[in-house]
Amino acid sequence: MNLDAKIPSGPMAQKWDKHQFDLKLVNPANKRKYEVIVVGSGLAGASAAATLAELGYNVKCFCFQDSPRRAHSIAAQGGINAAKNYQNDGDSVHRLFYDTVKGGDYRSREANVHRLAQVSVNIIDQCAAQGVPFAREYGGLLANRSFGGAQVSRTFYARGQTGQQLLLGAYSSLSRQIGLGKVQMFPRTEMLDVVLVDGHAKGIVVRDMVSGEISRHSAHAVVLATGGYGNAFFLSTNAMGSNVTASFRAYKRGAAFANPCYTQIHPTCIPVSGEHQSKLTLMSESLRNDGRVWVPKSQAVAEKIRKGELKASDVAEGDRDYYLERKYPSFGNLVPRDVASRNAKEACDEGRGVVGSGLGVYLDFEDAIKRLGEGAVRERYGNLFDMYEKITGSNAYQNPMTIFPAVHYTMGGLWVDYNLMSNVPGLYVVGEANFSDHGANRLGASALMQGLADGYFVLPYTIGQYLAEVGPDDRTDTNSAEFVGTEETVRAQIDKLLSIKGKRTPTSFHRELGQIMWDKCGMARSKAGLEAAIKKIPELRAEFWDNLNVPGENGSLNQSLEQAGRVADFLEFGELMCRDALQREESCGGHFREEHQTPEGEAKRDDENFSFVGAWEYKGENQTPELHKENLVYEEVKMTQRSYK
Amino acid sequence: MDLKLKVWRQDNADDVGRFEEYQAHDISPDMSFLEMLDVVNEGLIGSGKEPIAFDSDCREGICGSCSMVINGTAHGGQKGTTACQLHMRHFSDGMTITIEPWRATAFPVHRDLVVDRTAFDRIQQKGGFISVRTGSVPDANAIPVPKDESDLAMDAAQCIGCGACVAACKNASAMLFVAAKISHLSLVPQGQPERERRALAMVKQMDDEGFGNCTVTGSCEAVCPKEISLDFIARMNREYGRALIKKGTI
Repeated sequence: MNLDAKIPSGPMAQKWDKHQFDLKLVNPANKRKYEVIVVGSGLAGASAAATLAELGYNVKCFCFQDSPRRAHSIAAQGGINAAKNYQNDGDSVHRLFYDTVKGGDYRSREANVHRLAQVSVNIIDQCAAQGVPFAREYGGLLANRSFGGAQVSRTFYARGQTGQQLLLGAYSSLSRQIGLGKVQMFPRTEMLDVVLVDGHAKGIVVRDMVSGEISRHSAHAVVLATGGYGNAFFLSTNAMGSNVTASFRAYKRGAAFANPCYTQIHPTCIPVSGEHQSKLTLMSESLRNDGRVWVPKSQAVAEKIRKGELKASDVAEGDRDYYLERKYPSFGNLVPRDVASRNAKEACDEGRGVVGSGLGVYLDFEDAIKRLGEGAVRERYGNLFDMYEKITGSNAYQNPMTIFPAVHYTMGGLWVDYNLMSNVPGLYVVGEANFSDHGANRLGASALMQGLADGYFVLPYTIGQYLAEVGPDDRTDTNSAEFVGTEETVRAQIDKLLSIKGKRTPTSFHRELGQIMWDKCGMARSKAGLEAAIKKIPELRAEFWDNLNVPGENGSLNQSLEQAGRVADFLEFGELMCRDALQREESCGGHFREEHQTPEGEAKRDDENFSFVGAWEYKGENQTPELHKENLVYEEVKMTQRSYK
Repeated sequence: MDLKLKVWRQDNADDVGRFEEYQAHDISPDMSFLEMLDVVNEGLIGSGKEPIAFDSDCREGICGSCSMVINGTAHGGQKGTTACQLHMRHFSDGMTITIEPWRATAFPVHRDLVVDRTAFDRIQQKGGFISVRTGSVPDANAIPVPKDESDLAMDAAQCIGCGACVAACKNASAMLFVAAKISHLSLVPQGQPERERRALAMVKQMDDEGFGNCTVTGSCEAVCPKEISLDFIARMNREYGRALIKKGTI
């Protein structure tokens, strides 16, 4: 397997500029002769589809939602980073680059991260010009705030709905291109396989989710912008429909899957309330700017709170443990997500949790309200407080919020080179679906940045090189053997799912898988736990194919069938995640191996042996996949132990 | 708690549809409304029936997928709340709950509670944008926007496109939805060059899609999960009139 990252030569700060010049261009008159498929319409997909169409390419864009505007980027709350240095507080492209590499615990690819920091400034310009109503100061200029893990104020935001506003900006550009006829949009359409011709990605097979019709679409190149795989855990902050199917089917066709074990557990989510829970809700970590995290110092007090005998306000100041402020005095409540999450788990493991299940800590705004007044707090976080009250029935102006970590983002994804092309020629992967920029841990407000960087400013350049190389005539008829054969595979799986008629619903399998993943491959992982999971998951998978009950038929809107297909892929993919977590005998970022920690309980990296990207190659059904390594070389940033003390 | 559900079932757009009754047992007050439906659906599949089809995705009130009329009110009548954020603590034991899809000519039913809202996308495609090519933009701070105007634009821009306004309106008017977009873009300086074209084109497409007219009853504002103000409809009417005059149509 060829894992050449194709990193341009030259000094770090000049790589991207040099590369842009070196890339081949497609003649403007020839662009209209090319067709590009974009799967997914979130920040990365919508921005890529719109920009490619603006350049003159013909684009087909697919999404499973009923409108491209509903992709899950819409739910991002806090903000988007950019190295604008509008605050004059010492920010720069180099600092954003440095912070991102460090925040990723030295497991990302330097050159990609530097490019990300460089184009971050263009993203803000682009979005402002689209009319995105960013927060502003009275002088009319853009406002910033600091955000989880950063010591400069470089985050741009639109109340607590930044993802929504950025996505609606990208959607507006996409809509314009749809109106102009340059993008053909296929909502409620799910990609079920990628078609390879002579080893190149030349199209996809999709299912119309209303009629059940299966159809084949060819193109000169295929772009996957299909998001992350957090729903492998069943409970996550992802949308109900978020899934790994497109990425996983590409993996089964030969695309390498990189670092699947890197999962981000977000520290500030609303705790699980019961068995019925269908998903978890994140409260933006911007709340940690003003909220203070604490649990009682003593287990006895915590137990009384859990039983409802005491309230938070009954606990005297001296009996509270603001554990993040105590342990990390320079970062305090703003430590990166992985550190905040692990400390919450630790406090609850010690029996100091403050919700009925024992799995929750306080996020308290009492001091902020005293300092700023309730009005100012409402101005900053009003919608988040409202959302919290809707879900929990509790008023966070009066009582502290309770929070607990939940699966939120996946740093792993399909392996891509510097051009965002996977090891399958012609198959590009952008946004959360790829692996490249966040290493083992993503910083807050960097997901939106990466999705839009890939879609607006990276892919539209790099895809030109491939398209120029293959030429406009390189297109395959959808009646070719490759397309017909791939459609047969897709149909066979659908028929199989519908024919089992066993006893258990897709949800029940998904929930069981999620429990295994959370227990064994969640916030803390161990060799024994992972090995147990690798044994259990195939058993569950075997039961799935033997005892699944999917009602109805293919020829109509059938949500159970959609779900069953996604769960089938998660049942294979979950095992891959565990295998990756098992091979990575170190702790780094979101990946915490209990065997590898410092005496103080902090993550202990092993740079000598694990400074590589773990890229997995599919070897066939029920075969052990093969691990390939892309070594990570750090030219610019010196690897140090992360410290937020 | 135990509940009785009367749910609209319809196999496809051509089917006439009917109400069917189901029992929902052991419902926890901490469940969201959609989690209650999940529980009912698991039971239906278990007893060999097809589950109730309904749209939902983010389940945190922002994607705008969920779309159901609950006891006669779009999204169920909790102020500023989508169906996915509505919790069962607002219902009581023994209640009968009626659940229907959005009903509007411009929103044909796909199945059960799932409707086709692509009419909204087509309205956006006619003018719900500022024509900027990627890269062809000035520095973000080169376009100052007064804070109060930006805040007002944001009040409109937070529309989630769910369609509750249409479902609540006796005329199935989409005016609140269209007004939100037109207002957002006409309030910011970036939106000025296309201000008139946008208003005319979006209103025309809205009419062509078969949405009805506004008679200012305010039922849309009452159910809007983002509490978008009726004032924006007045603003849209002004934008539309202004565009007609500027274009010399009247």
